[in-house]
This record gives sequence, structure tokens and C-alpha cells, in this order.
Amino acid sequence: MIEFVDIRKEFSGKPVLRGLNLHVEKGETISLVGTSGAGKSVTLKHMVRLMEATSGKLLIDGENILELDKAGLAKTRMRFGYLFQGAALLQWMTVYDNVALPLRENTRLSEDEIHERVDAVLEKVNLSEAAEKFPADISGGMEKRAGLARAVVTEPDILLYDEPTSGLDPVTSRTIDRLIFDLQKELGVTSVVVTHDMISALTISDRIAMLHMGTVSEVSEPKEFLKSKNEVVRDFLDSQCISPKFFEEFPERILS
Amino acid sequence: MFIREPYECPECSNLFAKWGHNGLAFCQLIGQAVILNVRAFVLIPFMFKKRIFPEVSYQLFFTGIRSLPVISVVALFIGMIFAIQTGLELQRFGQEVQVGGAVAVVMLREMGPFMTGLIIAASVGASIGAQLGTMTVSEEISALEIMSIDPIRFLVMPRLVGLMVMMPLLTLYTDVLAIAGGAIIGVTQLGVEMQAYIDNVVLYSENKDLYTGLLKAVVFGFIINMVACHQGLTTTGGAVGVGKATRSTVVISFLVILITGFILTKIFYG
Repeated sequence: MIEFVDIRKEFSGKPVLRGLNLHVEKGETISLVGTSGAGKSVTLKHMVRLMEATSGKLLIDGENILELDKAGLAKTRMRFGYLFQGAALLQWMTVYDNVALPLRENTRLSEDEIHERVDAVLEKVNLSEAAEKFPADISGGMEKRAGLARAVVTEPDILLYDEPTSGLDPVTSRTIDRLIFDLQKELGVTSVVVTHDMISALTISDRIAMLHMGTVSEVSEPKEFLKSKNEVVRDFLDSQCISPKFFEEFPERILS
Repeated sequence: MFIREPYECPECSNLFAKWGHNGLAFCQLIGQAVILNVRAFVLIPFMFKKRIFPEVSYQLFFTGIRSLPVISVVALFIGMIFAIQTGLELQRFGQEVQVGGAVAVVMLREMGPFMTGLIIAASVGASIGAQLGTMTVSEEISALEIMSIDPIRFLVMPRLVGLMVMMPLLTLYTDVLAIAGGAIIGVTQLGVEMQAYIDNVVLYSENKDLYTGLLKAVVFGFIINMVACHQGLTTTGGAVGVGKATRSTVVISFLVILITGFILTKIFYG
């Protein structure tokens, strides 16, 4: 469904992505992990062309999005939901208006229908009571949930998450993980998650891709990822004290 | 879509090549800013759409009504200062009665639009630069783009309407208040009869002075929006970047207003 073919990206002559190849199947959840500067967020931004690749192809259902014109790009972007690292809610709008915004701008739904959909989504993310609050008046975790509600309200085919648990306490992080996991099961969307948080990656993903120096150094299912002999993967797991027996030790059999 | 990766000047040892690359970077900057505002200008017919009009109304209010206190004080005192300076000189020749004409012509032709432009650039322009800059660094603009919401229609166009509509109205207001300020000084300090002051204002002011002044105000409104929105939407580098964008908005607006003001004066009076 999503295929990166030899994607290269340079900033001021400095390579960030050095021929990235990655395939994401329809309906699967893949996490991109790696150290800072490995190119995770840059990879995510290429999928919606917030950044332009220096060379390569990026195929979405066989269509190279790097060659789309403005109208084609706008149409393709409507298939995406994107949760930003800082949620990126418009500060002068209430949570309700933020979530309703893409429906008001891009659909012909009546205000009643919009109200129904926004209410349902806010209830899913447990934010019904904060609907009339402004982003500045809610916590970081609530902002992330509001961002998530805005990302899913248009019922996209593909969801992109940029560090969904960064800056949150561990308890709230697991709440967000569960929310992401439940939404994916319910909506059946293809998801790409950029994260540093290995607990998050291991619990919500079908596959995990390790990015290192602008290329994919390993892609595997979580259980195999834990047993990887790849030095980069081992260093990354060890730095977060993730043992190969994670799935036996982690309480409550995680989210499944 | 905004260009987040601007033209980069390669490291050149040759001084002329370096100047050439810097020139290209500058041209790209100007081109981007002009195209951004022209695209917003083309979208003005959509301002009455149900979902855009509230934002347009707010921008009209924010630019116009919220600027009235500062403009009132500046206009009144500019008129008084100008009347004192010219009035005292004219008094040496027994011509203090001409002070009304001097204040009116200077305000209508030059100082009205110029002073209003500077005040609006420093208040509204800086505010637009800072707001859009903050939205850019906190990825709110990217969020709009991903939702297929055109930031030019959603953010730039309403601000352009606010500035292009309110600048001439505020300029007219500045002109009237400054002439009134001149009258206060003329009557109380220079001993000019009120009726004589008014007659003198009417005698020396021409319709052309008013029209050219108001035209300048519209152009200055366009310039302030062009600079502020471009600076805001191309902000990089977090809080420091927002600070730089705000500063650049004010400085560049001042310079462009000054230079454009001269060019327009040369065209109409040269």
C-alpha cells in the first residue's frame, strides 16, 4: 500500500535519508524507531509531502505521490490522518471546533451531522467533557487525545503518528497506546508510528522498523525484533532496558 | 504549499559568485512573498462564504477598531507638532494663517498614510508575523495543509482584507484628527481664527491629495500583509525564530513602505 523506493533526502548537502526502502501493507501498523536524527520524522513527513524528497519514489496504492500536482496532492492528503508531536491544535478554537474543522472545510455535512460525528469521536477518546475548552486549558495528554480525535474524525485510510507518547508520563503514555490500538482495531486503518518509546512500539505494532543513518537497518515483528542480533537494535533495546523476555514480563498481556 | 527549504547559497570562494547566489536567494524571497499575497488577493471573492466571513470580520475589527486608540493619540499629536513647527516659522512672516493649509496638504499627501502605515506595521503587522510564526513552528500550518485546508484562504486572505479595507479608513481618520490637532494649536497658540483655519484647509487641499493618500494607504496595507504573512509562514527555529520573524516584519515593512511611498509620490507629483 505504501512503498518507499530508494528515497533520498538532503538538507544543505547533508544526507538524512540515504536510499530508504520500506513497504507498509494495507491495514498493518508499523512503528519506525531509531535514535534522534535517524530520519524517522522526516520519513513520516515525506508521506504527506510536508517535505520533498531529493530523489526516489513514494508509492501509495501504486501512485507516486512525489509527482502529484496541487489538486492531486490535496486529494491524497484527505486519505491521511496525522497526529503531530505537539498535537498542533489551533489555539484560538475550542477542542470541539478543532475536531470539527476538517469536516467543516472538506465535506458537505450539515452542522447536525458534524455535531454527531465529533461527539462520537470525542467520546471515543474520552474528551466529551473538555469539548468546549481551549487547547491552552487542557493537559498534554488531553491535547494528544484531541489531536487523535481530529486525525480520525474524517475516517482516513492511513494514520500517521509522530511521537504520540513523547512528553507524557508513563501512565498517560499507555492510555494513548491503548487508544491507538483500539482505534486501529476498530477502524482497520494502515498506521505508521514514529516513536522512541519501545514499550509503545512493541505493544501497538504489527512490525517494527529500525532506522539508522537514513536507511532501514531492520524490519521485523515485535517478538523477532526483541531477539534481533543487529547491533543497532540491541543498543536501542538495551538503552531502554527492554529484555528479550519483554512479552513474558510485561503485565496484563499488553493491549491484545 | 510553502517552501520550507529556501534557496541555499553554496559556499563560494569567488566574491561575485557569492553576491550572485545571495541575489538569487533575495529574488526568491521577494517572489514568494508577492505570489503569496497575489494568491490571497485572488481569493478575496470568497470572503463572504459562511465559514470565512467570521474570520474576515474579526480581522477588520482587530485591524481597525483595536488600532483606534494608538492612532488617535499619534494623529492628534503629529498634527499639533507639525502646526507648532510650521506655525512658528510662518509667524515670522506674518503668515500664520496658512498653517491649516500646510498641515492639511502634508497629512493628506504623505504623513497620513505614512504614519498610519508605520503604526499598523508595528502593531498589526508584528502581531500577524508572530501569530503565523508561532503557528508555523508548532506545526499548526502543517496540520492545516494535511487537512487539505489552504492556509492562504484560511489565514492570509482574511488578514489581507482587514488591512486593505482598514488602512484607507484609518488614514482618513488620521488625516482628520491631525488637522484637528493643527487647529487646536492654530487657534490657541498662533492666534488664528477657527474659520480662517478651516478656509485655509479647504483652499489648499485638493481631491488629488486625498485620493493619492488613500491609494497609498491601500498599497501599504497590501505591503504589511505581504511581509507579515511571508515572514510568519516561513519561520523556522522555535521561539527565537518567531522573535526574528516579528522583528523582520516590522523592519522590512517600514523600509518597503518608505521606498514605495517615495515611488508613488514621484509618480503622482514628480
